[in-house]
Amino acid sequence: MSVDLNAVRRIAHLARIEVNDTEAPHLQAEINAILKFVEALNAVDVEGVEPMTSVIPMRLPMREDVVTDGGIAPLVLANAPLTEDGFFLVPKVIE
Amino acid sequence: MTDLTSLTLAEARDRLKSRAISSLEITKAHLEAMERAKSLNAFVATTADRALRMAGASDARLAKGEGGLLEGLPIGVKDLYATKGVHTQACSHILDGFKPPYESTVTANLWREGAVMLGKLNMDEFAMGSSNETSYYGPVASPWLPPNWSRDRARAALLAGKRGLLTPGGSSGGSASAVAARLCLAATASDTGGSIRQPAAFTGIVGIKPTYGRCSRYGMVAFASSLDQAGPLARTVRDAAIMLRSMAGPDPKDSTCSPAPVPDYEAAVGRSVKGMTIGVPKEYRLEGMNSEIEALWTRGAEWLRAAGARVVDVSLPNTPYALPAYYIVAPAEASSNLARYDGVRYGLREPAGDIVELYEKTRAAGFGAEVRRRLMIGTYVISAGYYDAYYLRAQKIRTLIKRDFERAFADGVDAILTPATPSAAFGIGEKGAENPVEMYLNDVFTVTVNMAGLPGLVAPAGLSSDGLPLGLQLIGRPFDEETLFALGETIEQSAGRMRLPDAWWA
Repeated sequence: MSVDLNAVRRIAHLARIEVNDTEAPHLQAEINAILKFVEALNAVDVEGVEPMTSVIPMRLPMREDVVTDGGIAPLVLANAPLTEDGFFLVPKVIE
Repeated sequence: MTDLTSLTLAEARDRLKSRAISSLEITKAHLEAMERAKSLNAFVATTADRALRMAGASDARLAKGEGGLLEGLPIGVKDLYATKGVHTQACSHILDGFKPPYESTVTANLWREGAVMLGKLNMDEFAMGSSNETSYYGPVASPWLPPNWSRDRARAALLAGKRGLLTPGGSSGGSASAVAARLCLAATASDTGGSIRQPAAFTGIVGIKPTYGRCSRYGMVAFASSLDQAGPLARTVRDAAIMLRSMAGPDPKDSTCSPAPVPDYEAAVGRSVKGMTIGVPKEYRLEGMNSEIEALWTRGAEWLRAAGARVVDVSLPNTPYALPAYYIVAPAEASSNLARYDGVRYGLREPAGDIVELYEKTRAAGFGAEVRRRLMIGTYVISAGYYDAYYLRAQKIRTLIKRDFERAFADGVDAILTPATPSAAFGIGEKGAENPVEMYLNDVFTVTVNMAGLPGLVAPAGLSSDGLPLGLQLIGRPFDEETLFALGETIEQSAGRMRLPDAWWA
């Protein structure tokens, strides 16, 4: 399996990473090199095999549904590029 | 006066306890060594003031006969651990200026035990790499000289892009180089596909990736959540055991962290390996394998036999599929974990007219080429129409890989002995330029261990004919790090302590 330039642009959009026209062909070649490498997996018979969900058998630990943290808005905002009145500021989201 | 930086962590600990030396003395000695070794580029941030303050506080506790398990010992921290108020960027441009208002559990454990923080260590960007060449801060030089290079030639190369100097491996390249160059007594590192073990092999030191869930991942910049694990790099097996004991332990802030108590790993160092069964997997004998590494592997098995262990052949038939499966699973998980770097809440923000442009421009400017490659692959293999063929299939193969190990352990094997790397350290700029897969092949012996969630230890076992270090890997049962420390010590005693290079860089 390999990807064409349209697929590269579609993937870039899904990943929200800008890829310009000069970069796209090189990226396409690299992605295809990796896809070629993983083709080896098609040889394996995975009939009836469960996909691995948990690496080490463990139950998800539970706790009481009470508030144990919070009230630290300034800390949460401390590294933000742009804030105002306790909010993160971003360019317009909706047209 | 002994060069304080040439002590092992254990020796320093004992001398601090007996007050033969002070933490201030040994911390200053390391800060000076770091200053002389600046051009190696192992550290990306130095916390000298903090280190001296911590050392002073340690000396006060030690004077009263008090102190934790690591009291007064100067340690380096890999850049992906959140250290409160200190540079934490996983060596990426996209986390420019990020200083976390919280501490990772692993480092909090170290400071609670009295360790002293020297600074943050260089690494491949977001832990994606096997040579520390993808770091935003540039490559790290290994303290080992390339074969036949003079010290003058090496010093000149240090200041001219480092091309040709040896890589310390990756992604924990800074950690490995710093430990091997005696810039810190030990360092924290992390391992997703081999990032502790391969650098350990390349620089002639000891590294252990414990069982998945042994250490808390809280406060570690995440790469692949089902594969990432914290672990130490140190100069001896005993030192690694001492470090891991403090790094590991239950943590309610990480739901994948085991609640099981941590044994005293140091007590396992020196334990007899008589009667243990060691498996040698035939599928790790690759076609065209480096003959020196194959010979070292055989020698390692002989050492363990001589110590009273039984060595048997085992088969792990799905081994050849581990590396390709890893390069589907890890990028897929990374594409999810790195979605948070969008210019909104922290780090780099590029100017943009609307929100989508903000994301696309910031991420394009902030991520390096390797990270972008892996995010693209990761996005693709979990996207609609491709999820079953790639990601689901790789996760099923992962089950088969784990089953291979479970079968071997059920048959009575206590640990598995394999080579650590397919070669000795290579030169900076030597690999990966043509085809990214060339660099990935470095992980061929190490990724299986992450895929199965098992513990893996690498200890230096000899030198190549070129005079470069080679290591051997031991893979253990889940949560049986003690067996690995006992076996690792046997390897270390049989091989003789690795003689680390003298400083040529200053």
